[in-house]
Amino acid sequence: MTRETVKTDLIDIIKPYLPEEVMNNEVSEENHLINDLMINSAHIVDIVLDIEDKFDIMIDDDVIGEMNTVNDSINVVLQKTA
Amino acid sequence: MSTYQNIVDFLPYQEPFLFVENIDSLTEEGALGSYTIKEDEYFLKGHFPGNPVVPGVILTEIMCQIGLVTLALFLLKPEKGSKILPAFTSANVEFLSKALPNDRLIVESKKVYFRFGKLKCTVTCEKEDGTMVAKGELAGMVVKSEE
Repeated sequence: MTRETVKTDLIDIIKPYLPEEVMNNEVSEENHLINDLMINSAHIVDIVLDIEDKFDIMIDDDVIGEMNTVNDSINVVLQKTA
Repeated sequence: MSTYQNIVDFLPYQEPFLFVENIDSLTEEGALGSYTIKEDEYFLKGHFPGNPVVPGVILTEIMCQIGLVTLALFLLKPEKGSKILPAFTSANVEFLSKALPNDRLIVESKKVYFRFGKLKCTVTCEKEDGTMVAKGELAGMVVKSEE
């Protein structure tokens, strides 16, 4: 799995959870899920569960704290699927 | 109630906004409990004058307190003395039949997931005769406070 395909899949997962204010913005790797994309913590949980299903991985409680930006999240997926 | 009294003691609600009368069962997978609508409930005075019907938001709250919050407390097993503040994060509920004063509402929840501090359940609310009053999917997170 290349970084690009993970990124594309990840953004597809994130998009439905974007609030209206940022819905039409381009999602970039540097974006912070909470601060930039304004996703609330309840939806962060749903995103992580969607990521687990999509990539068939398990994400532990301590790892969710490291998934701050889109880039961080791509790295977690790449590590777990390596 | 006595079996689950420790759970009930942790509920942060008070009259007139405590909607847990009885808890019949709590397992890792779900909760079962009930609440009887009293004739003098404060919300019936205005909803509607002379024609008391339990508002949908209150039905949702009853389903949340019995189905979601008691289950969250059971799963979290909080230490004595710690305070638990639940935060409702989403509700998608259908209302199928009206609930009236003196109706005993039986609420049953089934866990969809409990991950990263978020509990999501499917919840049903029925009358004693089996009439479905409301059903839906509720989710919340718990904020622990030491004070």
